[in-house]
Amino acid sequence: MFARFFNALGRPLVRFIQYLGEVVMLAADTFHSLFTRRLRWKLFLNQIVEIGLLSQLVVVITGGFTGAVFSAQTYFQFHKIGMGSATGAVVSVALMRELGPVLTALMVTGRVGAAMSAEIGTMKVTEQIDALRALAVYPTDYLVVPRALAMMVSMPLLVAECIAVGIAVGYFVAISLLEINGTYYMANMVRWTRNRDIIMGVSKAFCFGILIVFISCHKGLTAREGAVGVGRATTEAVVNASLAVLISNFFLTMTLNIIYPAGYQ
Amino acid sequence: MSINDQPLANNSSMIAVQGLEKRIGSQEILRGVNLDVARGETLVIIGRSGGGKSVLLKHLIGLMRPNAGEIWIEGQNIIEMSERQLASIRQKVGILFQGSALFDSMTVAENIAFPLREAGERDPNVLRKRVSEMLEVMELQGQEEKMPVNLSGGMKKRVGLARSIVRQPSCILYDEPTSGLDPVVSDSINKLIRRLQKRLGVTSIVVTHDMKNAFHVADRIAYLHEGRIYFQGAPGELRQSPDQLIQDFLIGRSEGRGD
Repeated sequence: MFARFFNALGRPLVRFIQYLGEVVMLAADTFHSLFTRRLRWKLFLNQIVEIGLLSQLVVVITGGFTGAVFSAQTYFQFHKIGMGSATGAVVSVALMRELGPVLTALMVTGRVGAAMSAEIGTMKVTEQIDALRALAVYPTDYLVVPRALAMMVSMPLLVAECIAVGIAVGYFVAISLLEINGTYYMANMVRWTRNRDIIMGVSKAFCFGILIVFISCHKGLTAREGAVGVGRATTEAVVNASLAVLISNFFLTMTLNIIYPAGYQ
Repeated sequence: MSINDQPLANNSSMIAVQGLEKRIGSQEILRGVNLDVARGETLVIIGRSGGGKSVLLKHLIGLMRPNAGEIWIEGQNIIEMSERQLASIRQKVGILFQGSALFDSMTVAENIAFPLREAGERDPNVLRKRVSEMLEVMELQGQEEKMPVNLSGGMKKRVGLARSIVRQPSCILYDEPTSGLDPVVSDSINKLIRRLQKRLGVTSIVVTHDMKNAFHVADRIAYLHEGRIYFQGAPGELRQSPDQLIQDFLIGRSEGRGD
């Protein structure tokens, strides 16, 4: 009975470890290519447009409404204890340290990660990746390196944008709808927000970008069995990348908090 | 010539395969294939659908890795090579995929120019000239700006072929070049293969189950049956073979009973 239990437990565990290994190997291969092979600038710039430019609307709406609702909710609680003007500080720090990076990463996973795995997966099942290989082009160099680099550049900027829009909209909601004094709001926000909060948010963005791009590309590169396989790969890419973002966020918070501690010091 | 596998491989051969075995899951696809292809020769590999012909072809360019055996291309054992090392072999060997495998985000011209661009050619005039030369050879003039999705099956095959030969490989592998095409387009593809043989003098390996295609282009025919080379010889020898299995295949008679 125990043997059967461990057998049942062991197989998915081995498969999971194998999956992690494959993603790490893809990442290692990509970084190796990044530093040793020529970069295809055109593909890189295309990906910057795809990841960075075309995500603008999604990121602005995410940041804006998160800032707005967080500002309102914080005010509703803080107002009761006479700390309404501290809302700005809470909104700003929370957006920088947690909400901005996590929500942007989840939105980018849905928009860009899904597209990456679907596009690469379709190329896989239609033999286009075999065609690349047959034409003496290493698929990692051609498909993964430009996407990974574009993601590493775009994600910190998208997160910074999300945070900025969130703070701006939160401020607007606070002073126009919640009648908080704008000067106190700003003063508290500036007083309690530190450069290290910005660095933490941007560092998380960079890490999340890496997780999203490698999980999505790996799913695309290992897609099988036609349209159904591509659909499955895309779904798994979005689910896995979202979970990876949420789980790693906790560990990143705990680790980065040692280097960049929260609070006024 | 002979029925049964043959120990082959000699120094003058372009491609030599020895004891190639491949299992996918529990299924044994190749069970010890021995094959030798001389420089400039056109070998046609025939066999039933699902018999491992395409799998064998993909091994020859390193797209699949065998469980056992050796593949020698121009004296180099490609089994020992890494994916990056295989690039040098792949520059010498072009392949036409069964489904053409054109890059669907690129135009016809971009598809054909792709191998040249990747080889470092950046001059737009040179690229344009080479692309129009290829389109002329393939009788596809004026189709430069079309996307693959707007091409017919026959046109896709020809663009795929143009893309594989634009870098002038010394060997071309064709995976079912006439499958899914009407007889007229099939005939034009056959003539094209013949023309390329004469014009470029390349070594060719054609995988097909279309016997008309096989007899049209072959210098030699190999029959792959149950994962082994069951027969190899000249087209005339194949036609005259008394072997029941071969005759059944040639005239398209199924082994089923009672129907």
